[in-house]
Amino acid sequence: MSISRRKFLGWMGTAGLATSLLGKSASAASTKEFTGHPNSYGVLHDITRCVGCRSCEEGCNTVNELPKPAKAYSDKSVLNKKRRFSTTEFTVVNKMVQKGSPIFWKTQCNHCLEPACASVCFVNAFEKLPSGAVVYDASVCVGCRYCMMACPFEVPTYEYDDPYTPEIVKCTLCAPRIEKGLLPGCVESCPTESLIFGKRDDLLKIARARIEKYPDRYVDHIYGEHEMGGTSWLYLSGVPFKDLGLREDLGNTPAPKLTSGALHVVPMVVSLWPVFLAGMYGMAKRRDKIAAEEKLQAVKTAVELAENKAAETLSQAMEKASKEKENILKRVARIKEKAAKTEEGS
Amino acid sequence: MPTQNNSQAPRITAAALHFMRDDNKKFSPLAVITGIILVVGTILTILRFTQGLGAVTNLTNTHPWGMWIGFDLMCGVALAAGGYTTSAACYLFGMKKYHSAVRPAILTAFLGYATVVVSLLYDVGRPDRLILAYPFVVQQGTTSLLFEVGLCVLLYLTVLFLEFTPIPLEWLGLRRARNIAVKLTLALTILGVVLSTLHQSSLGALFLIAPSKLHPLWYSPYIAVFFFVSSIAAGLSMVIFEGSLAHKAFHHRMGTTYLEEHPPLVLGYAKAASLVLFGYFMVKIVGITAGDNWHYLATPYGVWFLVEILGFVALPCFLFAMGSRNKDIGLIKFTAALTITGIVLNRLNISIIAFNWHLPLDERYIPSWMEIALSIYMVTCLILVFRFIATRMPVFDEHPDFKEHHE
Repeated sequence: MSISRRKFLGWMGTAGLATSLLGKSASAASTKEFTGHPNSYGVLHDITRCVGCRSCEEGCNTVNELPKPAKAYSDKSVLNKKRRFSTTEFTVVNKMVQKGSPIFWKTQCNHCLEPACASVCFVNAFEKLPSGAVVYDASVCVGCRYCMMACPFEVPTYEYDDPYTPEIVKCTLCAPRIEKGLLPGCVESCPTESLIFGKRDDLLKIARARIEKYPDRYVDHIYGEHEMGGTSWLYLSGVPFKDLGLREDLGNTPAPKLTSGALHVVPMVVSLWPVFLAGMYGMAKRRDKIAAEEKLQAVKTAVELAENKAAETLSQAMEKASKEKENILKRVARIKEKAAKTEEGS
Repeated sequence: MPTQNNSQAPRITAAALHFMRDDNKKFSPLAVITGIILVVGTILTILRFTQGLGAVTNLTNTHPWGMWIGFDLMCGVALAAGGYTTSAACYLFGMKKYHSAVRPAILTAFLGYATVVVSLLYDVGRPDRLILAYPFVVQQGTTSLLFEVGLCVLLYLTVLFLEFTPIPLEWLGLRRARNIAVKLTLALTILGVVLSTLHQSSLGALFLIAPSKLHPLWYSPYIAVFFFVSSIAAGLSMVIFEGSLAHKAFHHRMGTTYLEEHPPLVLGYAKAASLVLFGYFMVKIVGITAGDNWHYLATPYGVWFLVEILGFVALPCFLFAMGSRNKDIGLIKFTAALTITGIVLNRLNISIIAFNWHLPLDERYIPSWMEIALSIYMVTCLILVFRFIATRMPVFDEHPDFKEHHE
């Protein structure tokens, strides 16, 4: 059974180690202000230029070698229904009609500067590359799907129908192609320059310039500049983004900040809770001890009292007895005297 | 000692069989239902592990966590909180009169956490990698609250196992090993409370990452505190509730100490639960105020929130106080059930009902019957194992050979 004790001590050590690790990462999450990797890339999607041709979808499908869809990309009827990405489509184009004219826009992973998926993954399967891409390593993924819960843009998809080796699937910003100096598949196939690839800082300048030059054409908002701490993918639009389903209520707090407070508490609990609990234990123990002592004292006092009383009673009895003895002796003496007199008389 | 066990064994088996069958020697309806659950659950288990999650669940890309996280994990862990609350009360806070309640509570907690872990093996896409402890062995995602939850649950399961070991060791008559295990009690209790504090609260903190998905009435920066405080109420209520169930099922196994200590324990726990629920109610109010979310109360979700907070927090708080004042054990038992329902409701609200509230109804998640059936299967297996142990081992009574070692 010494094994269990050793094991127990081992676990204690592990807990301590984990605490220090958690503590470190938590402070890293809160003290540093991260504004993206310098010179990282991104894509600017000018929604006003999108014609809904779906070339980007086709380009994505080709370069990522995804299964071909049932309906050809030239078939525009699919746009009549709201779509979202799936395990076989990293990007989709949606359509909306406003004031008689159609608006098309493309959605995919926004490649956050500080991704929620990466911060919540308990095996660190996600990584924000210096190039800007948020990539996923399937070889460590346990399939808990917390990344999907966390993503404010509802991007990661899961291969629910694969019983043995399901993976998370999402747009990779074509990270392998960027490394080779190639454009992402979607950007390369866009015929209207609705998608521009470049340094994120440059893209922001371009976007600002366009808004300034054509204030009537654009709403004064670059979606992705600040949302959730900023994303590598940026959007310009002629209509409010929320009309397109791009949520404007996400706030500008980077995802890791949302949980850093809770992580900060962990080492405090680990350090102080045992002290508090040991204190409670000590107080309870002491209370018991004092109670026991008081009980003992009370018993002792009671016994003493009883003993004193008994001694008193005894001494009284003794006194009484000795007095009685005296009396008896006196009476005996008197009787003897009397008897002697009587004898003399007779 | 072993001879005594042998002589007891047939009696216990007979008692167990008696429990299973009614007087006509036919299987009781309860046994038939249990059998059906086990058969269906086994078939669904095979389906899950050969056809994938998609074949048995209604999980989607927008709703990746369903019944097995919302009920099995969230509720399972909260309702197993009786283990740490009872052992802390008895061993740390000096309430030695509750000693006889520790073992049933520890056993429930141990089996509860074991069930949670098994449920997670069903839920994750790669259970093989969970078994191999990838998050701890292969690559550590220390910025994840799930990492913390996972580590704490793993450690706490080990702690609970060690806390549980005196029971089988006494049963097997391994005195030396048992005495060593008993000596660990204090350290294990402190460790257990620390780990429970951490993961009970972190289960709530898992949702901190999704302010845009969880309804503002349930989302709060204090959500971790809510989860921790409510877990205490859940633990206390579970001990009361389970005690009353156990009285029916295991009365023949209950020792005089347990039977004598139980009614005052129920009263004491009711008082404690009332107090904790009062605190919980107050911090929930603080949560609404801090987020300035009062205006949401006038919406359908607000009404639903009020049902939870008034009907299942404020009301049981009041009823527990009344029950303990009037020494009304019946009312207390009812209130314990009410509180447990409230905790389950809260966890389901947060993980399923008020989650993704911004999505249109047809994109919302409703669990498939198979997910629900497998959750029922898990609970059934837990009860069967509990019964197996409680009918054979010294859980509700003291082992005659080890009586003198109790405080």
